[in-house]
Amino acid sequence: MTQVSMTVNGKAVSGDVEGRTLLSSFLRDQLSLTGTHVGCDTAQCGACVVHVNGEAIKSCNMLALEADGADVGTIEGQAAEDGTLNVIQQAFQDHHGLQCGFCTPGMVMSAAALLKDNPRPTEGEIRKYLEGNLCRCTGYHNIVKAIMAASGQDVSSIAAE
Amino acid sequence: MYSFEFEKPSTIADAVAALASEDAQALGGGQTLIPTMKQRLAAPSKLVSVSGIAEMQGVCIEDDGSVAIGGATTHARVAVEAAGSYPALAAVAGQIGDPAVRNRGTIGGSVANNDPAACYPACVLGSGATIVTNTRQIAADDFFQGMFTTVLEEGEIITSVRFPVPQAASYQKFLQPASRFALVGVYLARFADGVRVAVTGASEDGVFRWSEAEEALNKEFRPDALMGLHINPANMIGDLHGSKEYRAHLVGVMTKRAIEACS
Repeated sequence: MTQVSMTVNGKAVSGDVEGRTLLSSFLRDQLSLTGTHVGCDTAQCGACVVHVNGEAIKSCNMLALEADGADVGTIEGQAAEDGTLNVIQQAFQDHHGLQCGFCTPGMVMSAAALLKDNPRPTEGEIRKYLEGNLCRCTGYHNIVKAIMAASGQDVSSIAAE
Repeated sequence: MYSFEFEKPSTIADAVAALASEDAQALGGGQTLIPTMKQRLAAPSKLVSVSGIAEMQGVCIEDDGSVAIGGATTHARVAVEAAGSYPALAAVAGQIGDPAVRNRGTIGGSVANNDPAACYPACVLGSGATIVTNTRQIAADDFFQGMFTTVLEEGEIITSVRFPVPQAASYQKFLQPASRFALVGVYLARFADGVRVAVTGASEDGVFRWSEAEEALNKEFRPDALMGLHINPANMIGDLHGSKEYRAHLVGVMTKRAIEACS
């Protein structure tokens, strides 16, 4: 076992992990931050997306020890302390951007990473950016709509009504 | 995943020393290696992460004008930082996998793995790049040795890849949308002294140069120059995503698109 230390959602944390412990396992099993979901476990579905030093990554495909010293952000850090949803989360609720909710943490974290670099993405840019996030319920239209809305854009002309 | 030791050195020399133990393996971004280990298709005794080695990071322009990419540089970074100096290379990096994969996956990892459908091997071979390791410099023409096989020795690390910059270049990727690898990808580079055409995703021998197309394009650089040229389907990959004949046909289609993009 090796000690790993990082900042998660602004708090310093540490724990003992094996070399093979995945970042997703460390977050879920040791820190009890179970908002980060593990869907495919093969780095395809994107349910496990978190931010490491500000970049979206698939936490089921990164060793916890690789995140030693990093600044990690998870879905638990998106809402305010009092539970008030952030603008992306609120837009997902307002525009029905989720059904079963399994993919939603990864979708929100990917959306946050996109909007940080590209504050007013086009519909096409959003769809392209979400290539690594799979949703089996919504058909994506309302997710795209929610992200457009979160970026302050008019969503009346988006494909699905 | 089976258990393994983990080391994260900060210099190439320390990484080479760490890789000296039996069954040790270098870890780039892990976007292929970690899933492979989860499937227990690989079980190294030790992983040596190269992500903490500063001298293997980033994009720089050499004195001779070539573009050198540190072996541990992520695809996302190449997509941004090589955009001015070698746009076609940046475009290749920007269409590998998806954004989260590009934030972890590295050029050294991709080139060392030599997946038969990966994008970078086509760009490296098509550009006539040089693979620089801790011990030597290897021409791309000598480096790739068939599916998942290269001339790299045990414990040898790709420290950088050096690309000569062509007059024009284009990568045409026919996406396999589930895996996000190339069903067929063609990288065409036009240099003052000739054209290079490298094909990925198609052959059971991995990335290869389509020399007949190169000869034809050296005489006449236009899409019609490929008239009458055909890839023999016998050695192509055939699977549920596309037959051998389909892939052989796609090589011609994607090469023509690359010529048009460079014309």
